[in-house]
Amino acid sequence: MQVPAPFEYERATSVDHALALLERHGPESRLLAGGHSLLPMMKLRLARPETLIDINDLRDLDYIRIDGDSIAIGAMTRHASLLDSALLAEHYRIFADAERVIADPIVRNRGTIGGSLCQADPSEDLSAVCAALRAEAVIRSPGGSETIDMRTFHTGPYETVVTGTKMLVEIRVPIRTGIGSAYEKVERRAGDWAIAAAGAFIQLEEDTVSDVGIGLTAVGAPRFTCEAAEQLLRGHAPTPERLAASSEACRESCNPQSDQRGPVDYKRHLVGVLVERALTRALIRATGGSA
Amino acid sequence: MKVTMTINGNQVTGDVEPRLLLVHFLRDTVGLTGTHWGCDTSNCGACVVWLDGVPVKSCTTLAVMAEGHRVDTVEGLEVDGVLDPVQEGFMREHGLQCGFCTPGMMMTARWLLDHDPNPDQATIREAISGNLCRCTGYENIIRAVRWAADHPATEEASA
Repeated sequence: MQVPAPFEYERATSVDHALALLERHGPESRLLAGGHSLLPMMKLRLARPETLIDINDLRDLDYIRIDGDSIAIGAMTRHASLLDSALLAEHYRIFADAERVIADPIVRNRGTIGGSLCQADPSEDLSAVCAALRAEAVIRSPGGSETIDMRTFHTGPYETVVTGTKMLVEIRVPIRTGIGSAYEKVERRAGDWAIAAAGAFIQLEEDTVSDVGIGLTAVGAPRFTCEAAEQLLRGHAPTPERLAASSEACRESCNPQSDQRGPVDYKRHLVGVLVERALTRALIRATGGSA
Repeated sequence: MKVTMTINGNQVTGDVEPRLLLVHFLRDTVGLTGTHWGCDTSNCGACVVWLDGVPVKSCTTLAVMAEGHRVDTVEGLEVDGVLDPVQEGFMREHGLQCGFCTPGMMMTARWLLDHDPNPDQATIREAISGNLCRCTGYENIIRAVRWAADHPATEEASA
């Protein structure tokens, strides 16, 4: 039987209350969102927080809406809502692509975007989605609020800038026109973590790529992306040769580890294939095709 | 700490450690052993119950997280001796062999049919993809869910 080590339980009634509880209980306290990453790690005693602060009552952090020139996603938005969102489907199909292959429908009922990002598993899918889209994270602290680039969010495996008395409250994705986006993942079995996965958006002006974003996960890509690969496409016509060169740059720049999901050369190979597929599908979608 | 929740319509109170998982609270404290405790890793789905009307894996939910909330378990499917069509379907279509996955399967299936009364095979397969069965090969389970879709509860039966 897997049982977490003993801890104290608190339930927050507002963001301010959650921050106050974090302050009161100190560095060994953790926020508890859906719990589908944190509780399994606590059962394995890989995590041993002394206090859990349950934020599931913060329904006001469960939303997907247009806010100015961005789509704003509340940190407590469940995976199931991200998968079903008509607003996200209209602007960024990469979300539904990724969500469809995150865990299973029951887990998606509970897991949240904020929890997934803050748990910061190096194989987590939404980290690659947010890196690809150059999303922003809105982080609250007792002193106020800051907005940071999602590409600077992670500070290491299972570590992010959201430390101490800070709390991720919102993800913001800039709305772009003339774009297509897609996510490609290979897993050992349905619902598993990725062996490798890649996401991309492409923005077209006439026949030229005016902007592009690439996200990678599970393969040790710095900042979950490859800016050199983006540079190879930006400002150029998206020819098959360009897409292949960009994929090759991702393949070379990533740093996968050999583990039970596969050896390094296989994972590197997958990165090349998946980036090319994601870019190709994003391109088809950008031009209004069905893919 | 003291927790109170509504389980299958009945208010239940218990004194639990914060680390107690909902599945163990249901089985060991409340005595509702219909919810099964399987893989313990949120993979197999034998422990699926509804929390506020939404299927969740109770091995990855703390009992204290359900404080003040509504929990529905497989025991709540049958009402006054009348089986839910999903239960009837599993019986008629032989949707189980060992029966270990069945409570979770049925709770997931009931929720699916509540939201999509006429699902096709692919939809059923996707819906139960968080519930593992090692006996049936899933074919009979899908037939069972289809049987329930084809035989919804009548007004009288569900009243």
